[in-house]
Amino acid sequence: MNPKLFTFNGGVHPAGHKTESCTTPIRSMPLLPKYVVPMRQHIGEPARPVVAVGDRVLRGQMIGAAEGYVSTAVHAPTSGRVVAIEASAVPHPSGLFDLAVVIEADGEDQAIAFQPIDWRSLDPSALRNRMRDMGLAGLGGAVFPSYIKLNPGGQKIHTLILNGAECEPWITCDDRLMRERAPEMLRGIEIMQHALGCSKVIIGIEDNKPEALTAMRAAAPVGIEVVAVPSLYPGGGGKQLTYTLTGVETPTGGRSTDVGIQVFNVGTAYSLYRAVELGEPLISRIVTVTGHIAQPGNFEVRIGTPLTDLIAAAGGMLPGASGEIVGGPMMGFDLMDLAAPVTKAVNCLIIKNPALFPPKPIELSCIRCGECARACPADLQPFEMYWYSRAKNFGHAQSYNLFDCIECGCCSYVCPSHIPLVDYFRFAKSEIWEREREKRAADLARIRHEFKTFRLEREKQEKAEKFAKAAEKSKAAAAGATDAAAPADPDAERKKAILQAALERAQKAKAQVAPQNTENLPPRVQKEIDAIEARRATVEAKTESTPNHE
Amino acid sequence: MIGSPYILGRNSTSAIMLKVMLALIPGIVAHAWLFGPGIWVSLLLCSAFAIGFEALLLLLRGLPLKPFLSDNSALLTAWLLALSLPTLAPWWLYAIGIGIAIVVAKQLYGGLGQNLFNPAMVGYAALIVSFPVYMTQWAAPVALADHALTLWDAFDVVFAGQSSISADAYTSATVLDTWKTQVRLNTPAESILNQPIFGWAAGRGHEIVALMYLAGGLLLLSLKLITWHIPLAFLLGLTATAGVLHLIDPTQHASPLLHLLSGGAMLGAFFIATDPVSAASTPRGKLIYAGLAGFLIAIIRGFGSFPDGVAFAVLLMNMCVPFIDDYTQPRVFGHPRKRPKPSKP
Repeated sequence: MNPKLFTFNGGVHPAGHKTESCTTPIRSMPLLPKYVVPMRQHIGEPARPVVAVGDRVLRGQMIGAAEGYVSTAVHAPTSGRVVAIEASAVPHPSGLFDLAVVIEADGEDQAIAFQPIDWRSLDPSALRNRMRDMGLAGLGGAVFPSYIKLNPGGQKIHTLILNGAECEPWITCDDRLMRERAPEMLRGIEIMQHALGCSKVIIGIEDNKPEALTAMRAAAPVGIEVVAVPSLYPGGGGKQLTYTLTGVETPTGGRSTDVGIQVFNVGTAYSLYRAVELGEPLISRIVTVTGHIAQPGNFEVRIGTPLTDLIAAAGGMLPGASGEIVGGPMMGFDLMDLAAPVTKAVNCLIIKNPALFPPKPIELSCIRCGECARACPADLQPFEMYWYSRAKNFGHAQSYNLFDCIECGCCSYVCPSHIPLVDYFRFAKSEIWEREREKRAADLARIRHEFKTFRLEREKQEKAEKFAKAAEKSKAAAAGATDAAAPADPDAERKKAILQAALERAQKAKAQVAPQNTENLPPRVQKEIDAIEARRATVEAKTESTPNHE
Repeated sequence: MIGSPYILGRNSTSAIMLKVMLALIPGIVAHAWLFGPGIWVSLLLCSAFAIGFEALLLLLRGLPLKPFLSDNSALLTAWLLALSLPTLAPWWLYAIGIGIAIVVAKQLYGGLGQNLFNPAMVGYAALIVSFPVYMTQWAAPVALADHALTLWDAFDVVFAGQSSISADAYTSATVLDTWKTQVRLNTPAESILNQPIFGWAAGRGHEIVALMYLAGGLLLLSLKLITWHIPLAFLLGLTATAGVLHLIDPTQHASPLLHLLSGGAMLGAFFIATDPVSAASTPRGKLIYAGLAGFLIAIIRGFGSFPDGVAFAVLLMNMCVPFIDDYTQPRVFGHPRKRPKPSKP
C-alpha cells in the first residue's frame, strides 16, 4: 500500500505525549467579551489596520489589510466595536508588545455576507489574488502567506505534499482535524491542486496516528495518495517530509518549489476550503491545550482569543504549574504574558510542571562525542558550529553551514553534556544578521559621507570658476566697451538669437558629456550650475559676437 | 535565548564514561586472573591520584568540584593509563604518569573536551621516555611466575619497593619486547615463538586479555557509545601493515595475529583511539585517523626503538585531527553531491 519511502539521517524519538489531548473531539469555545487581534500574524510585513477606534465591525470583516507582497489580511473574529488599536502582549519569544486591534464583542456574533468562490470556473491566478484578502497563512507554525505559495511564479509544480506528520510531541491539532474533518480538508486539497496545476498529491501522516490515516484514506479520492511515514522527529519538517516521500532534497538556501514540489500543512488545506467554498476568511484555528491542565484537548479557537480564556476553557491549570510553552516542546518558546492572544501561528499551548519538564541540568564540557552530528537531520556537525559560535568566530560557524540549521533541537536533545546547542546557533545567526545590518548601515553612511565631501569640493571649485569668469567678463567688458558700445541697441534682435543658439549648444554639449558626478544633484546646486552655464554662454556669445562687428 | 527544546534525552557524559569503564571490566578481571592481583593496586592508585590531581586543578582554576569530578572522565583516564602501564611498578611511577595525564595533558589545555592529545597516552609516553626500565617489567603470567603474589604482596611491592622478593620472580618482559630483543640477536623466529611466554598466538595471558578487550569493545559498539569506523580502521591498518611486513620478512616481523593480540592493540582500537575528544569526528576522518594510527603502530613496532607503538601512533594522529576533520566534512543535506573546490579566504 505504502510507496517506497526514503529515510533522512538523524532524528530523535522523544516521548509522544499525544494521548493526553488526542482522545477527545475538538471543542468549541464560548463567545468572549474581548478579542485582541495582532496585525503581525504571518511572516513578512504586518497588516495595516483599516478600522478606527469606535468602529463597529462584523465577524469576518477585514480589520487589517495586506501591506506589501509578503503579507496577508487580518479579520475580525466576531462582531463588536473596536475599542483600541494599541501595542499589546503577543505570543512571541521576545515578550515584546506588538500592534493589535482590540475588539469588544457585542454578543451578536453577526457576520459579513460570506461569498463562496466558484473556484472550478475561476482562473488559478484570480483565485490566488482573492486568497490574499482571506488572511490565509501556513497553520503548521511558519505562517507564510498561503496565496504566495499558491502562486509559484515561473516554477512548475508537479507534486503537492500535504504535511500531516505532526512530529512534535504533545501537539495533536492536525490529528484531530484529520480525524474529524477529512472530507472538507480534501476539498481544500483539491483547490490547492487546481491552483498549482500539479498532477501528483501526497498526504504524509506519521504512523502514530492510525485514526487520522484511516479517516484521510476513506475521504481521499483516487489519485491522492495518503502515506504513513515513520514517527521520527523532525519528520514533519518541510524538507524532511519532502525527502521521506520523494527522495528529493530541497537545495540549500532554496525552497521545495525549486524542485517542483509545494508543501502545505493539512490545517491550511482545511482553512482554504472554508475560505473558498464557504467564503469565510481565516478567523479561527484548532489549538491543542495540554500538559498540566484539568481537561487537555483540542479547541476550535477564534484568532484573537486571550490565552487566559483558552486555559479557562480547558478547565484551568492544575496546582503546581510551572509555566507555559507556545508550540511544541522541541521548537516552541516560553509564553511571557498570559494576556497574549491566539494567533494564526499558535498550534499548541503546553502547561508545564516540574515533573514533565524538569529544570535543565548544568551545562558541561563538549566531549566531541558526535551524538549531535548523528542526530542532526540536516547532516551538520553541531559540535563544530557550537565551538565557533561560542567563541563568536561566526565566519567559521558559517563555513560549517550554520544557516542550514533548521533549529529542530535534536542536537540539544541528545547532548550528553546538556549543552543548549540550538540556543548557541540562534545566537550566532542573530549576531550574523545584526552584523550584516550594521555593515549595510555603515556602507550607506560611507556613501553619503563621500558624496558630501565631493559636493563641498565641487562647490568650492565652482566658486573659484565663478570668480575667474567674473574677472574675465569685466576684462572683456572693459576691452570691448570702446567699439561695442555704439552699435549695441540696433541689432538687439540678432544678438538675442545668437545668444539663444549658444545656450542651446551649450546645453546640448552638457547633455552629451554629462559627467556622472553631477547626476542627481540637489535642486539648489543644479540651479547654481545652470546660472553659471548661462553666464558662461553669455560671455561666449559676447566674445563670438564681438569679432562680427569688426 | 528561546530555551527550546524543553525536553532532553537521558544521555549524560558521566554515564558514557561509566559505561566505557564497565566495558573494561572483562579485560581487567582476565588480567587479574592471569597476571595476579597487581592490577587492582595500580587501578586503585591511579584512580586516587587522578581524583586528587583533578580536584586540585579544578580548585586552582576556580571551578566547582562536584559537576566536574562526577563526570567520571578523570577516572576513565586513570583506568586507561593503569591498563597501559606495567602492574607492580613503584607507586610514584603511577603518580607521575597520572600527574602528566591529568594536569598537563588535560587541565592545562582547558579541561575535559579541550585537550588535543589523549591524556592517558601523554602520560604513558612521558613515562616510557623517562623510565624505560620500569616500563618493561611486566608482571609475569601467574602460570609462569616462580612466586605467586597475594594482594598484600602486591601492595608491598608497589609501596615498599622490590625488596623482599626478587623482581625476577614475578616479572618478565612482554612478548613484543622479547621479539624485538631476540630478533636483534638474530634468533630464528621459530625459537622465539617457542619461548614459554608466547602463548598460542600472542603471549601467554595477554592474548586472553586482548580478547576480553575485544569483547568489551563490541559491547561499546552495541551500546552505540562508539561507531565502527575507528576500531575497524585501526585494526585493519595494523593488520595490513604488519601483514605486508611479515610477508616481506618473516624473520624480522611478527605475524599480524601476534600484533593484534599483544601490547596495547585491542585496548587502543576500542578504548584509546576512540576517545572522542582527541579523535577525528567525521566518518571519513575517523577511517583515515584510525587507519593511519594502525599503520604507524606496525611501523613503530617493526622499526622503532620502543617495543610498542600504540601511544606514539595515537598521539601523532591526534596532532592531525583538526586537519583531517577540516578536509572530511560530510555533505550537508540539500548541498550538491559533489563538493565544490574549497575556497579558502
